Amino acid sequence: MAETPAEPTRRDFLLHAAGAFGVVGVAAAAWPFIDQMNPDASTRALAAVEVDIAGVEPGQAITIMWRGKPVVIRNRTEKEVEEGKAVKLEDLKDPLARNANADANADATDANRAAAGKENILVMTKVCTHLGCIPLDESGEFGGWFCPCHGSVYDTAGRIRKGPAPENLPIPPYAFLTDTKIRIG
Amino acid sequence: MSGHSTYVPKTALGKWFEARLPVVRLLHDTAVSYPTPRNLNALWTFGGILSAMLVVQIVTGIVLAMHYAADSRVAFQSVEGIMRDVNWGWLIRYLHSNGASMFFIAVYIHIFRGLYYGSYKAPREILWILGVIIYLLMMAAGFMGYVLPWGQMSFWGATVITNFFTAIPIIGQPIQTLLIGGFSVDNATLNRFFSLHYLIPFLIAGVVVLHIWALHVAGQNNPLGIDVKSDKDTVPFTPYATSKDVLWIVLFMIFYGWFVFYQPNFLGHPDNYIEANPLATPAHIVPEWYFLPFYAILRAIDFNIGPIDAKLGGVLAMFGAIAVLAFLPWLDTSKVRSGNFRPIFRVAFWVFAVNALFLGYLGSVKTDDIILGMQAVRWAQLSTAYYFAYFLIILPLLGYIEKPKPLPLSINDAILAKSAAGSAH
Amino acid sequence: MTAKMIRWAAAAIGLGIALSTSFAAAEETATEFPLLKPTRQEWSFAGFFGQYDQAQLQRGYHIYKEVCSSCHSMKLVKFRNLADEGGPGFTEEQVKALAAEFTIMDGPNDEGEMFERPRLPSDPFPSPYPNDKAASFSNGGAIPPDLSLIAKARAVHRGFPQFVFDMFWPYQEQGPDYIASLLTGYQDPPPEGVEVPEGTYYNPHFMNGISLRMPPPIDDDLLEYTDGTPQTKEQYAKDVAAFLMWAAEPHLDARKALGLKVMLYLIVFAGILYFAKRQVWRGVPH
Repeated sequence: MAETPAEPTRRDFLLHAAGAFGVVGVAAAAWPFIDQMNPDASTRALAAVEVDIAGVEPGQAITIMWRGKPVVIRNRTEKEVEEGKAVKLEDLKDPLARNANADANADATDANRAAAGKENILVMTKVCTHLGCIPLDESGEFGGWFCPCHGSVYDTAGRIRKGPAPENLPIPPYAFLTDTKIRIG
Repeated sequence: MSGHSTYVPKTALGKWFEARLPVVRLLHDTAVSYPTPRNLNALWTFGGILSAMLVVQIVTGIVLAMHYAADSRVAFQSVEGIMRDVNWGWLIRYLHSNGASMFFIAVYIHIFRGLYYGSYKAPREILWILGVIIYLLMMAAGFMGYVLPWGQMSFWGATVITNFFTAIPIIGQPIQTLLIGGFSVDNATLNRFFSLHYLIPFLIAGVVVLHIWALHVAGQNNPLGIDVKSDKDTVPFTPYATSKDVLWIVLFMIFYGWFVFYQPNFLGHPDNYIEANPLATPAHIVPEWYFLPFYAILRAIDFNIGPIDAKLGGVLAMFGAIAVLAFLPWLDTSKVRSGNFRPIFRVAFWVFAVNALFLGYLGSVKTDDIILGMQAVRWAQLSTAYYFAYFLIILPLLGYIEKPKPLPLSINDAILAKSAAGSAH
Repeated sequence: MTAKMIRWAAAAIGLGIALSTSFAAAEETATEFPLLKPTRQEWSFAGFFGQYDQAQLQRGYHIYKEVCSSCHSMKLVKFRNLADEGGPGFTEEQVKALAAEFTIMDGPNDEGEMFERPRLPSDPFPSPYPNDKAASFSNGGAIPPDLSLIAKARAVHRGFPQFVFDMFWPYQEQGPDYIASLLTGYQDPPPEGVEVPEGTYYNPHFMNGISLRMPPPIDDDLLEYTDGTPQTKEQYAKDVAAFLMWAAEPHLDARKALGLKVMLYLIVFAGILYFAKRQVWRGVPH
């Protein structure tokens, strides 16, 4: 081997090439094993649900499941809307609307929380932003929602007012298909 | 492990670790500096291939278990959910189901390599018996895994195989009821099979560690079957054996990929795409291909032997065909290991190999099919007779009547002689 | 001397076994079903580069819906699958419309009542009978099998030695070949001297006997094709068989496409490793 000084270089090159090739292959092969943990096609297919709210009178609410989480659709009374509008922005713990259908920086005004053009309709994911419990309807000192786990209190627009939760209840993407039919997701 | 340790920790951290847990030294001695005979051929890479397949099966299996539901009402649908809806589920499931077959192809090559080169002989008896235990565990894992999709073959295969136990007089029936957790194969059976199917691969991994440990105590056998005499006979495991092992693992993956991507259902049975139905037995029940030789032996015994009826006789013959492997180190009386130096053994071995394939074929046909003017079951009886005669008559006698060819003095001598002959041309 | 005898004996046994296996297939008896082996067809999805033909799958769905679905369920296939990549390639809107042609029992609603609603893309294909008992009762004791996996659950035994050749030249289209042969294989009247049980139809391509309870389902010009494809029985059978293959193996396109990449990678990798191994062993006689 001593008389052919090119040999070690070639050997090193081949070993490095083989090593690099192997690493790339293993990395590529790893992807299916990671991606399989993502939601499967049947779960993704249910990512949109359609709800008929024709029968929901003012002061009533229905709760449906969307992506395994409860989504509440509330037909708010005039009083509730008034209370929501009366709150000053500086009194809010979380000043952002948290509305997937609005701008990410939108203020948490009552109008930005309610459905566009239908100020009485409030659609939101009923999962406490503290640690994921389900808040109770029509309870708490602000007349909205109250989370029994750690005492977070939300107002009539689902905004956090008191307690450990950091954010307003999130509003999922949705659209009105007809006047009384909502598609969530 | 055998006084060859050449590991010297270089860094401060390495030294600190070495003084507390010499695991790096263990790996170094096992997979780097371990002296391996220079003359190993490609058949010796199948140990590495099998290790790779064990890893593939465990990884794909753990992933499949994340999506599978071991409940007889939904098991079939959950497997189809994997095939249709889970991201890459079809790939992972086909890798696993074909991987089982690849595992058995590799283990059969590994076993027949051992049989031909006398790798079971002293001082490797324990090594061999550990291998037989791994093989048994693989069969249990393969059988239980085949039940999980809960198709027609799953269900009826489980029914037939657990019925083996009813062949045992008096206590057979209660044992079978205990094993399947009911009076027929049902949800309870499926659940326990799933639990055991998940457990067994880890038992296999444990026995593989012992198998490799025993290998490193005795050292590897080689195509000449003679002991390593000096350092000239060996090369370090890395890079020499490693470079060969990795090459052959990748070549084996090409073979594996051929099945997974282009004929994923070739080794399976179409009836397993029909959900289990306890009211209808498929017209022709066959086990997975890797059990077929033993299935042929089971069905070959269609006659009573004294007080032993045909049913018990078949089950005994089938288990005996596996058990006899464990006694092989003492049944073969020859002092010479490698078949290369044993002219008569070599013929008997190749007939044994062809006979084993033929038994596999016989396991796949109906017993009353006519082959060359004779019923398949009669052929199976002849083949079974040769199977046992090979172990119980031919190998014990050959040691006395056979005159082996002269052995080379050392591996190095043989290699030098070979390269001298090669350069003369 | 002994050695020589044993060698001869062994060689004779070996030869006998080799001969017996090679002739085994020729010895088949007349009672083997099916009486006629399936006819091999050309399939767009066969071979290493094979992919489904979208137009054919769409035609196949049409036949399935108009003909098969009146007796056969297809529980594992969802309407959304019709829009999946590697499938018939309907658009999301088309799928919504196709799904809405059927209803499904849902509920209970707020009053605790079950109600019917149009199917959504996430719902499975409809089943014609509420349960197996009803299916059996309506079909003279035979349950029309679910079609979700039928193309993979039916394969006529190839026998030795073909199955060995199949290993090296894949033949994974046995299901569709069988289905297409069965659908076009009815003979009415049956050949002379053949007694066909009451309520069954003679078909030499059927794998479990001489006749089956399913009446001949298709005939020439039964359905209209708008794309100019010939409206023959053979073409209908082929199209629906292709559709059933897709239903049983919806990821075939992805599998073959990925297979090509993986195999190319492995072959190049093996080549590099081969030369690396040669370099490592250079100068070390072995």
